[in-house]
Amino acid sequence: MKNFENLFAAWMVVWTVFFVYEVSIARRLARLKQDIESLKQQMRER
Amino acid sequence: MKARYASTVFAAGLIFFAGYAALFIAPDEKTMHAIQRIFYFHLPSWIAMFTALSVVFVANVAYLATRKPKWDALGVSGTEAAVVCCTIGLATGPLWAKPVWGIWWTWDARLTTTFILWLLYISYLLLRGLLDDPERKATFSAVFGIFAFLDAPLVYVSNRLWRTQHPQPVIGGGSGSGLDPGMGKVLLLCVIAVLGVMIIILLDRYRLEKLRQEFDEVRLEYETLNLEPASIGKERP
Repeated sequence: MKNFENLFAAWMVVWTVFFVYEVSIARRLARLKQDIESLKQQMRER
Repeated sequence: MKARYASTVFAAGLIFFAGYAALFIAPDEKTMHAIQRIFYFHLPSWIAMFTALSVVFVANVAYLATRKPKWDALGVSGTEAAVVCCTIGLATGPLWAKPVWGIWWTWDARLTTTFILWLLYISYLLLRGLLDDPERKATFSAVFGIFAFLDAPLVYVSNRLWRTQHPQPVIGGGSGSGLDPGMGKVLLLCVIAVLGVMIIILLDRYRLEKLRQEFDEVRLEYETLNLEPASIGKERP
């Protein structure tokens, strides 16, 4: 198939960008939940 | 939570089927052949970007009118989703252009206005991170977002107003434009799939921003009670 490399690269760009962004949201979400819990814990201790 | 997983699985299935249809079901284009199949994700990424930018514009105007933090959260969520879609469009375009035009990039009206649009919304996200006060941050973002949105219609009409290296519109471009019905059906499927993914990432980002606002409230409460700054989450923009 002619120009298969470019077609493949374009598909990889689409899925990589979506996947990396979704993973970054999930990681930020998990970290933020942890921070809120830590802060609430500190408030309870004082 | 179940609905969220169900929608993610549905979007993943749809995008898999759309990918299959774009590669194996859509008719072959007479002059470009296989490389033309980039079209089935290049155009939908722009449609998803314009949809996200419209959400951002509405959210920015609504924030200035009501000053409710939920609109600011929707604004920043839509901006990130739009930047993701714009990045995909800007990356897939040159990969299609090189074998067809012989060049990766040219500074014609369509490509230049699109690149400026991308820079404007990247600036929106970067500048937003520099402000600490939530109200100032939200107001600045809303005003900047409305200003940046002025470029969006310009991108859309650029290849109608000026002669560009970028092709004239395939859909709604006047006489002689149009798509083969087989291509049109696959394109519609791909548009629905990419829009679905964009909506999912926008909603996930919105949840994150709402949680960040909740974190700011808890931190403020902590600092008021303890009369000292909280060490947790200080590095987070």
